[in-house]
Amino acid sequence: MIKVENLSKHFGKIKAVDAISFEVNARETLVLLGTSGCGKTTTLKMINRLIEPSGGKIFIDEKNIFEQKPEILRRGIGYVLQNNGLFPHYTVAENIAIVPQLLKWDKKHIEKRVAELLEKLHLSTDYLTAYPNELSGGQQQRVGLARALVADPSVLLMDEPFGALDNVTRSKIHQEFKALDELKRKTIIMVTHDVQEAFELGDRICLMDKGKIVQDGTPAELLFKPHNDFVRGFLQEQRLQLEFKAIKLHDLWAWLPAPQPPKRGAEITDDTSFWNGLEQFKFSASETLNINHGENSEVRSASFEQLMSAFYQYKKQQAHE
Amino acid sequence: MNEQQTLWDFMRQQSDKLLEQTIQHIGLTFISLFIAVLIGLPLGIFITRKKQLSGPVLGIAGILQTIPSIALLGFMIPVLGIGAKPAIAALLLYALLPIIRNTFTGINGVDAAVKESATAMGMSKWQVLFKVELPLAMPVIFAGVRTATVITVGVATLASYIAAGGLGEFIFGGISLNNTNMILAGAIPAALLAILFDFLLSRLQKLNLKKLKTAAKILPLLLISLSSFYWLPSAYGSKLKAGFTPEFMGRQDGNLGLQNKYGLKISTVVISDAVMYKAAYEKQLDVISGYSTDGRLKAYGLVVLKDDKNIFPPYYAAPVVRENSLKKFAGLEKILNLLAGKINDSTMTALNYKTDYLHESPEKVAKDFLVSKNLWKPAGNGNAGTVRIGSKIFGEQYILANMYSMLIKGYTDYSVSTKTGLGGTKICFDALTNDQIDFYPEYTGTGLLTILQPSSKTVDSLIRSRDATYNYVQKGFQTKYNIKWLKPIGFNNSYALMMRKKQANDLHIKTISDLKRYLESK
Ligand SMILES: Nc1ncnc2c1ncn2[C@@H]1O[C@H](COP(=O)(O)OP(=O)(O)O)[C@@H](O)[C@H]1O
Ligand SMILES: [Mg+2]
Repeated sequence: MIKVENLSKHFGKIKAVDAISFEVNARETLVLLGTSGCGKTTTLKMINRLIEPSGGKIFIDEKNIFEQKPEILRRGIGYVLQNNGLFPHYTVAENIAIVPQLLKWDKKHIEKRVAELLEKLHLSTDYLTAYPNELSGGQQQRVGLARALVADPSVLLMDEPFGALDNVTRSKIHQEFKALDELKRKTIIMVTHDVQEAFELGDRICLMDKGKIVQDGTPAELLFKPHNDFVRGFLQEQRLQLEFKAIKLHDLWAWLPAPQPPKRGAEITDDTSFWNGLEQFKFSASETLNINHGENSEVRSASFEQLMSAFYQYKKQQAHE
Repeated sequence: MNEQQTLWDFMRQQSDKLLEQTIQHIGLTFISLFIAVLIGLPLGIFITRKKQLSGPVLGIAGILQTIPSIALLGFMIPVLGIGAKPAIAALLLYALLPIIRNTFTGINGVDAAVKESATAMGMSKWQVLFKVELPLAMPVIFAGVRTATVITVGVATLASYIAAGGLGEFIFGGISLNNTNMILAGAIPAALLAILFDFLLSRLQKLNLKKLKTAAKILPLLLISLSSFYWLPSAYGSKLKAGFTPEFMGRQDGNLGLQNKYGLKISTVVISDAVMYKAAYEKQLDVISGYSTDGRLKAYGLVVLKDDKNIFPPYYAAPVVRENSLKKFAGLEKILNLLAGKINDSTMTALNYKTDYLHESPEKVAKDFLVSKNLWKPAGNGNAGTVRIGSKIFGEQYILANMYSMLIKGYTDYSVSTKTGLGGTKICFDALTNDQIDFYPEYTGTGLLTILQPSSKTVDSLIRSRDATYNYVQKGFQTKYNIKWLKPIGFNNSYALMMRKKQANDLHIKTISDLKRYLESK
């Protein structure tokens, strides 16, 4: 768990970060969202002490990070940045092994762990001895992620990790990102200016402007209960797509058809986004989708039309609340 | 073809010396380079951390590099003496700038994202430096070392000026002796060394990043082992130290004669005329080869040792005049002979001291002297024709030309035009034979060895006698060029061995034979 209290950073007269507070629960992904220059990176870098704050407190798992040695603190925090920051003079294997080397793991252990990560990130072991400049952008970013994950830190900080990638590669990596079991155990703070990305990957979003947090909430809260016009305006342009992504299937539970004997078709869990639910119809030939309620293992089936109608009923209800 | 053949011969004959000088040269270059890296690399790193100091540090290193090499070597003598130490110090100062600058640029050029991710992964400042910044800056740093190497190989030739050896001994010896083969025997290996090291370092620079890690470890080893080539050439065995100019070293009527005729055994270093006197004054050297009327003799409190076996050819000065001019300007000979026998060695030294060291004008020095000898008269009306006086391009000749000019103006109605600064002997003498000037002061030794150039046998038979030489050149000039040598002025500006006055007195050394006896005594 990460707790940030009254955190500020001033560069001369510029209040890059202005007394912000927020919390990230364990195993939660928090997205810092906002236009360029609003203070996202500065906030993130204060959490691993790449930047020393002008004021405020930060606790990770109840421990005050300013009472720890920065090097030790950082070895326990994964950090992924946009331009990957891979060492050009190290091979892929050496790059991934940097933190374990610092932690003085034995060689066997390192080799095993590196191989394991490569596999999880769909990188061929042929690349072990390659240098970063021999890899594509997407592959480099995967190596960057592997490097951050290698020592299994509980906290992961990511600064526009997919910002330099083309759209196709990015959405592919988004899928992998969500599927990666290693990430499910982590407390993640991710910085992005891309609203779609924030909605797709964030459990919660802090929308920032001019060094302050304008709203802190789930994607659905931001969409349907914006605190002010800034938030509304920020999401306006891609609203429908965002709604598709913000709404989870369990939000629609009340409007889905009553339980029936399961039909043939793909089965997914209820924490899937509505967007991804619709995508399932693209991939499977069947007419219906079986949705598994995570808590009571109830299963409901819905066709494309039934799903869409549930969505509109949900929206109607939100509008009346 | 013939020239190349003889160059080859020369190099073969002198192969021991060539090898020694080459090794010294390599050693000097790499010791200096090694120390320059030891200083420049940390300094370059330091100013990437304290950016506000980068301007001053790079500025100072830049200024150091613009100081003329000879001047820098000169500054070093009072502090570090002569020999290897000041040479290495000077060379390393020249090598510093490219090393500091490239370290600074190289480290600053490392991708900020890479440095940041290194820190973010928990590397300490030192780990970031050694594992990230230095390896990635290495190609740029190598380029700096490469530049420094080429500079150092070149400047190291000047080390021979202050008795530190190296290929400069051949180069500058060859220049003073006008011996092309000797020059080339030094210059070609020096150039080859520069090319070779540049090539080797360029290969090192092009290695890929992986091999660079190894290369970065090899470089210091390489530097150290090459540095060890150099042993200090100051393994002095005898009680006194001698410093001779490269020219003096190579001449029969110089060091070779000292060894043959006197059997003088003294440990000797090669040093430039420009710093030799000062080095003697600073007690870095005890015996030097100089010119007997040099003003610095007085400036630095030195005395000339008497050449009791007459190995140094006489260089008595006297006016050489066109016979035609003597006819044209009646009474000129008598006027010019007014100076005959009036200026001895120490007087001339004192006069040179005034111009060269106290920077008085040659005109003032000439007039003061003539007044003191009651020879000076105010100028006549100067309407009886113009006498043209020439002089070579150094102080002593300027003084003499001024004296003659004042005498002619004072004692006759001729006017005078002086053509001072006619370069060396050849230019002056050509001006005389081509009727551009009427006379100039010349030295008997020069007349013999440079102008008449008789067979070496004839030279040998004459060279030890003042009068025989004078008579020979007088006759030779008369018959060959119709030019007359007037009476000698009195002083002999020849080669001489010199010591500090006090030391010579303390050791009771007055002659070169005394010196030899002292060296051989227990
Ligand atoms: N080192 C710095 N010195 C001065 N100003 C800075 C520095 N770093 C960031 N800033 C300023 O702080 C503000 C926030 O920057 P940043 O956190 O990088 O924004 P974001 O990541 O949201 O684009 C910007 O106005 C930026 O110009
Ligand atoms: Mg940013």
